[in-house]
Amino acid sequence: MTETTEKKKRTQISRQKMPEQDPKVRAKNFDEVPFGYTPELAKLEASRCLQCKKPTCIDGCPVSIDIPAFLDLILNGDFLGSARKLKEMNSLPAVCGRVCPQEDQCEKVCILGKKGEPVAIGRLERFAADYEMAHGEFIMPPKAPPTGKKVAVVGSGPAGLTLAGDLIKKGHQVTIFEALHKPGGVLVYGIPEFRLPKAIVQAEVDYLQKIGVELKSNMVIGKIYTVDELMANGYDAVFLGTGAGLPTFMNIPGENFNGVYSANEYLTRSNLMKAYLFPKYDTPIAKGKKVAVLGGGNVAMDSARTALRLGADDVYIVYRRSKKELPARIEEVHHAEEEGVQFHFLTLPVEILGNEDGWVCGMKCQRMELGEPDESGRRRPIPVPGSEFTLEVDMVVVAIGTGANPLIQSTTPDLKTNKWGYIVADPETGETNKKGVYAGGDIVTGSATVILAMGAGRKAADAIHKYLTG
Amino acid sequence: MFPILEARLLATAVKQFKIAAPEIAKKRKPGQFIVLRINEEGERIPLTIADAHPEAGTITLIFQEVGKSTEQLGKLKAGDTVADLIGPLGVPTHVEKFGTVVCVGGGIGIAPVYPIAKAMREAGNTMFSIIGARTKNLLILEEEMARVSHSLKVSTDDGSYGYHGFVSDILQDIIDEGMTINLVVAIGPVPMMRVVCNVTKNHKIKTVVSLNPIMVDATGMCGACRVTVGRRTRFVCVDGPEFDGHEVNFAELVKRQRAYLDQEKLSLENFRHQGGACMGGVS
Repeated sequence: MTETTEKKKRTQISRQKMPEQDPKVRAKNFDEVPFGYTPELAKLEASRCLQCKKPTCIDGCPVSIDIPAFLDLILNGDFLGSARKLKEMNSLPAVCGRVCPQEDQCEKVCILGKKGEPVAIGRLERFAADYEMAHGEFIMPPKAPPTGKKVAVVGSGPAGLTLAGDLIKKGHQVTIFEALHKPGGVLVYGIPEFRLPKAIVQAEVDYLQKIGVELKSNMVIGKIYTVDELMANGYDAVFLGTGAGLPTFMNIPGENFNGVYSANEYLTRSNLMKAYLFPKYDTPIAKGKKVAVLGGGNVAMDSARTALRLGADDVYIVYRRSKKELPARIEEVHHAEEEGVQFHFLTLPVEILGNEDGWVCGMKCQRMELGEPDESGRRRPIPVPGSEFTLEVDMVVVAIGTGANPLIQSTTPDLKTNKWGYIVADPETGETNKKGVYAGGDIVTGSATVILAMGAGRKAADAIHKYLTG
Repeated sequence: MFPILEARLLATAVKQFKIAAPEIAKKRKPGQFIVLRINEEGERIPLTIADAHPEAGTITLIFQEVGKSTEQLGKLKAGDTVADLIGPLGVPTHVEKFGTVVCVGGGIGIAPVYPIAKAMREAGNTMFSIIGARTKNLLILEEEMARVSHSLKVSTDDGSYGYHGFVSDILQDIIDEGMTINLVVAIGPVPMMRVVCNVTKNHKIKTVVSLNPIMVDATGMCGACRVTVGRRTRFVCVDGPEFDGHEVNFAELVKRQRAYLDQEKLSLENFRHQGGACMGGVS
């Protein structure tokens, strides 16, 4: 067979679906939705890659994974080699394979996507990483000789974990300070088990500890130690990767009724505290029968799907724009729809209603229509006069975004922040205005993605290494 | 793991623990609290730091057994450990020389009032303290409060000890007697704080209260502890726990504290049914 016919044959294979739990079944449990590729499916999907001479997919990846190379290793059945190839550039492939918005990154620029469907790069990343977790042996990565320098990492989310892994390999001593009792940041408190099993995050953290990273949980920096105290205690550099953890509310009447949650609270109760296993676990959670989730992002989808799993009869996503503007990943919206989440588009909540005991009993809403595009380029929703109506609900989850938690900034007065309270840092190096202090991830950019935070961690690790050894 | 060095019964269902937590002991200031988790299945419980000994590396916690978690905690003894201890959290009490400060503590609220009274005394204030409980055997820290106060009055609701009545009655009396009060600090059950605030509001006496709503992370991340203060929503964990008592919406606070009554009851019944034996993770 000539190379051309071989290629042609490959292009005739369609994108392989990942086997997953039936929507009716999974809407009642917290197990992960997809089962993942089998080795056969993975090889078949990997065979679709054209191995472009000038691969565009690598540029589409925020951490520049050599995608054709890891796909080729899968095709050849070298799954462990494939995982190692991924780990050269990405320290958390099992996480990214699950939560990266590939459709906006690598897969968006895949040449196959021009005529048909792109290679399922994310699913294959997940496959290789999972395979390694199940079958691989721990191999100590090569480490540079000790530099004698100490780095404090504040926050154990994707930015901090990536940075810690990079710096420990470069020979520095690394200590991660985590405010909560479990490491992982948003991967643990925010993203539900059915989308990212917590055992995977724990395995990544375990790996970092095995290669020498020190982890101190229960340490709220800004309270137990300030950044200046960390420096005074012998840390030569500090990285702030504290995330965007401050919940935003609508500022409409009735938001303090019982049964109104910030998405942060709702998801933290369910994910971090395992309230879905109450009373085996002690943290309770309200089990609404008719639940409104305000917002249209991934966190809104996670909240809505959690509410279904906790036994809600009706779960509504209430979003002020139309379906086209939903900021959530298509896959998440699709999963939510399949499971029975209902959508109220072009709807703006204006007041939450409560009963005498202080519990939510309804929500006043207003219909919207789309007007001219606003500064974000999306058409601005404007209220339709006289269109108010009341939605009967007994629980509301506010998932309209998060802001900067001021704990560190308020105790580090000479650290420069912008008008929203985010830390000002060089996008290429993470350098702040304070010597030896770097920052990256959501605390700099505002809520973004796991992979962008990891990219920021990687860049800051390089910069800190230069700073400490230069 | 944080070892319990000393466990004492202070009053009926009120326990005092001395726990080894050297870093927190060094850093903590009056008015601040910690979050504690007993074990892997445990919830995050906020408790005020009643006292600390930085040189010994210990903090003192006082708690009342009111539900599953606190009953389970109460079963622990010296030598046992708790899985997690996070702190110090919250904004410390604003301590300065105000002049005459009246510290009012009701029930378990005497525990958080004590370190504040001590600090106010050390700052050179004339300390007048009023403490009370439902009944005599629920009264705690009388000796300690007497030590840090120039004058201490005690009341019980049932008259079994001290003045027969409420702490707010005593406060009303000393105001009526014409004492000049520069600041009142009142901590206790919400109805008590509300009544004290009503008394002081009429006389325009600045009154600080310390609130104890339901919390989860206690680092400003979830908003479970939100409370309305002067028509603004504040987070008790990071903006408080102390607020101007005349501005707090107590009615809302009471309702929010009751949000999980049914689950709390269920959890406690399960625990007692198992004879309180479900102590997984605690060594």
